[in-house]
Amino acid sequence: MNRVDEKVALISGSARGLGAETAKTFVDGGGKVVVADILDEVGLATVEEIKVAGGDAIYVHLDVTQEDDWKKAVDKAVNTFGGLDVLVNNAGIFFTKSTAKMTLEDWRLMTSVNLDGVFLGTKTALPALKERAANAEVGSAIVNLSSVAGITGAKGASAYCMTKGGVRLYTKACALEFASSRIRVNSIHPGLIDTDMGRDVINSARGPENADRVRKAMVASHPIGRIGVPKDIANGIVYLASDDAAFMTGSELIVDGGSTAQ
Amino acid sequence: MNSVEGKIALVSGGARGLGSMSAKKLAEAGAKVVITDLREEEALATLDEIASAGGEARFIKHDVALEEDWIAAVKFAADEFGGLDIVVNNAGVASAARPIEELSLESWRRLTSINLDGVFLGIKHAIPLLRERAHLWSGGGSIINISSIMGFIGGARSAAYCASKGGVRLLTKAAALELAPSKIRVNSVHPGFINTPLLRSGVDKAEEHVKGGGQKFIDTIVSRHPIGRLGEEQDIANAVRYLASDDSAFMTGTEMVVDGGYLAQ
Repeated sequence: MNRVDEKVALISGSARGLGAETAKTFVDGGGKVVVADILDEVGLATVEEIKVAGGDAIYVHLDVTQEDDWKKAVDKAVNTFGGLDVLVNNAGIFFTKSTAKMTLEDWRLMTSVNLDGVFLGTKTALPALKERAANAEVGSAIVNLSSVAGITGAKGASAYCMTKGGVRLYTKACALEFASSRIRVNSIHPGLIDTDMGRDVINSARGPENADRVRKAMVASHPIGRIGVPKDIANGIVYLASDDAAFMTGSELIVDGGSTAQ
Repeated sequence: MNSVEGKIALVSGGARGLGSMSAKKLAEAGAKVVITDLREEEALATLDEIASAGGEARFIKHDVALEEDWIAAVKFAADEFGGLDIVVNNAGVASAARPIEELSLESWRRLTSINLDGVFLGIKHAIPLLRERAHLWSGGGSIINISSIMGFIGGARSAAYCASKGGVRLLTKAAALELAPSKIRVNSVHPGFINTPLLRSGVDKAEEHVKGGGQKFIDTIVSRHPIGRLGEEQDIANAVRYLASDDSAFMTGTEMVVDGGYLAQ
């Protein structure tokens, strides 16, 4: 695990799954976190868990599609912990739908969370990240959750792939734009991970009745012989957020058990 | 810090530069390290540094282009430390800086024998030992191949170098697929320009050529890195340590690009 002592992170979608694991790993590395989500009850429980273990965390309600929510979340981070060093744009949604059946509303729902959410988070957090970066040893960091579906296509998931491919290159453009402000921006690309969303992926492929067969096929598509666990991704995010990754920006960390190497 | 406590590592080209820093970081994080290199004096200095920091390391002289040297190096790791968990295929030579028309087959072969054959031989001969101990770790055995940003993009007058580093990039992926059932992970690291002895010798040459040329050379290179500086050895060694540790247990067949944004443009 990499050290993030005294760093303050705002993590969207961190009530459960990858986000919650990232919050815990970040705190284990010596940092403080703002857990942000639309799932208030679950998010508060995650914060409680972190506090019981001796860590420093607060919860804020955040719908990533709402610019006002972002403003409140960043303000709360700054007011509570004195600044913001790390933004993890983790919140995201997934569904499959064929192009023929997809409505413009479906398409817009996907882009509003997975793309607009990343843009609004980055834009809103930028002044706070800049301020801390100016006096930090290395600088500030943004980590954007993309996916292996931001690198290769996934049948039936065109809208999801489009948003995740968008996050991949939005990351690179931001890396160039913010380099002079000492803010590093990188994307992380998980393979299939054993989370609620991962189970949705499995259930939606051929219906819940075929979930076992689909799961086996999904495991087989990861050469390493298993699907990922949240810790695999949380470790990658904390690495990118830490000063150990001081020379990484505009880059992609692919954590997928070899699935895109084929 | 990513722990590699109890693991045994071999770092080729570990006498100086990136290799030496990687060896030091691995030792600091708890690994026993075999340093291999042709440069004996600098290797022994690295051993001293590791020992005085409380780490454990050994040296064996090693030409990565020679198969018998690899067999001996791997045996040395087994004899000294009882096995192998991490192999860092770091040894490499820089571009001959010649146009293709003037590049002799001999110098093409010399470069590829080190940068490409050396990695193939390192993987091939380390497999049996890595496989034996892979079950001990949640992340299994780990092979880390040092490629370059020149494994993604071309560079004029660097044909052989680019070919070798592009080769390492895909050799890594093929090996990752093949070795996954044995619980051995294989990944590549792609540094941008790093402030190493190799780079500094380029700066010295430019300075000899024209007064002030050294600084101009550095300024030109830095300007291609959006982050506004050259990489430091530890920037790459940190990535090596991360890939060596169980923290990256789900990473295989992938590329860690550590280049200050060079390739993002």
